[in-house]
Amino acid sequence: MTKKIEAIIREEKLNDVKNALREIGILGMNIHEIRGQGRQGGVELTGRTGTYRVDLLPKIQVNIVLSDHNVEKTVETIREAAQTGNTGDGVIFIYPVDDTIRIRTGERGRKALTYPGDIDERRAGQ
Amino acid sequence: MNAINPGDTAWVLICSALVLMMTPALAFFYGGMVRRKNALSTLNLSFIIMGLISVQWVLFGYSLAFASDFHGLIGGLGFLGLVGVGAAPNPDYAATIPHLAFATFQMMFAIITPALITGALVERVRFKTFLVFTLLWATLVYDPVAHWVWGVGGILRQLGTLDFAGGTVVHITAGFSALAFALAIGPRKGFGKSPMEAHNIPYTVLGAGLLWVGWFGFNAGSALAANGIAVNALMTTNTSAAAATLVWMLLSWRDNKPSVLGIVTGAVVGLVAITPASGFVTPLAAIVIGAVAAPISYYAIQLREKVGLDESLDVWACHGMAGTWGALATGLFATVAVNSSGANGLFYGNPGQFGIQIVSVVASIAFAFGVTFVLAKVLDAVMGLRVSEKEEAVGLDISMHGERAYV
Repeated sequence: MTKKIEAIIREEKLNDVKNALREIGILGMNIHEIRGQGRQGGVELTGRTGTYRVDLLPKIQVNIVLSDHNVEKTVETIREAAQTGNTGDGVIFIYPVDDTIRIRTGERGRKALTYPGDIDERRAGQ
Repeated sequence: MNAINPGDTAWVLICSALVLMMTPALAFFYGGMVRRKNALSTLNLSFIIMGLISVQWVLFGYSLAFASDFHGLIGGLGFLGLVGVGAAPNPDYAATIPHLAFATFQMMFAIITPALITGALVERVRFKTFLVFTLLWATLVYDPVAHWVWGVGGILRQLGTLDFAGGTVVHITAGFSALAFALAIGPRKGFGKSPMEAHNIPYTVLGAGLLWVGWFGFNAGSALAANGIAVNALMTTNTSAAAATLVWMLLSWRDNKPSVLGIVTGAVVGLVAITPASGFVTPLAAIVIGAVAAPISYYAIQLREKVGLDESLDVWACHGMAGTWGALATGLFATVAVNSSGANGLFYGNPGQFGIQIVSVVASIAFAFGVTFVLAKVLDAVMGLRVSEKEEAVGLDISMHGERAYV
């Protein structure tokens, strides 16, 4: 079975998260620049005079598809790298993925998700 | 016969170029403050006026403002098509430069003044109606008031009004016309419900910086000669802008953080306020004029927001109110020690000058506001001032021009 991890993180934490994931062998990912609001509820910005409130703040959404047994380790890694302890740190969603197709080769499922040096190869080598 | 002075002529030509530069500078100043879907539209509202009013000015605008007088209210038809306006000086206006140089320099003022008004109607005005409005406004408001204040025989000139570079003619007329137009056209869709954030504040900083530079042409050029009064005007202009910049920064800091959008707005407000006074007051007076202008406009913006009026980019608060303060301050701080062809103000023992300034301000405000409001209402009935709701939602870049600012 495969899952999709969708992590909504602070813009400035993207590099930390990416580096931490690379260390555990998660290399494939894509990101969205998004805007969102959660418990933090936006921020006050300075206007021409006085202030105004902006509710939807820029965030980064990191998308990773991977095998079930790697989910927990990956989620922990993201959490550690993205956490500041303040409101606005973000949220992680996990979804089931029906199938994956690698366009170049036509491989499907887990086969389509593996590549040299990935998290499974590293675990097997340990 | 007056001899042409090459130094004076060169200076006025350079200043004409500097003042023309202020219109695209204004385009960027305003363009940064709107939402991205209206960026091109807003830039264009200023830019197109360089085309429209340049032609109007040559055909009949200059004549209506500066040709021989009709009851002190408007110029005649003597300079239609600039026929007879050539290399020979016109000593009524500037004795040492070609008459055509004077007409050229004045043209740049006629261009930027309606461009200032566009801040009140951005993001919702129908382009076709805007073109008609601008042509009629220049003819029915700008040309007459320019004649009142600067034309030979003009009623406010006869009265003794001091307006060195257009505090009344440019900034009061534009500011209060903007207010009238905003009332006529109504607020942008969604105004007050969600913040309408400036989409590119760096544009606005760029525009304000170029306005500051261009303003040296505006004010120091209004000496119409390369002389001591021009130097005084340049120094007071820079000083007032500097003082207002600093005071606005402090006001913003007190309310939250020192906003860059606020700081550059402060600079423009200081430039507006010193405009009528620049050739009549000392650099020390310029510090006071700029420093007082900043809180006047700052709190005028807050008042405007409080009453829920969508005078979108604060033309009234910045140009109308700082222009009014500047015109009145001229009646306080003017001194013949700076300019012997000016007059003393209240602080130099001549309270009458302050009274004259009040009369001029009230007359200009009433005329500009009244004519603009009626004109806007008539055009609304005849052509429609606003785009449709759908066109407004999509943005004027696409709906009016079929283009987008960013791809």
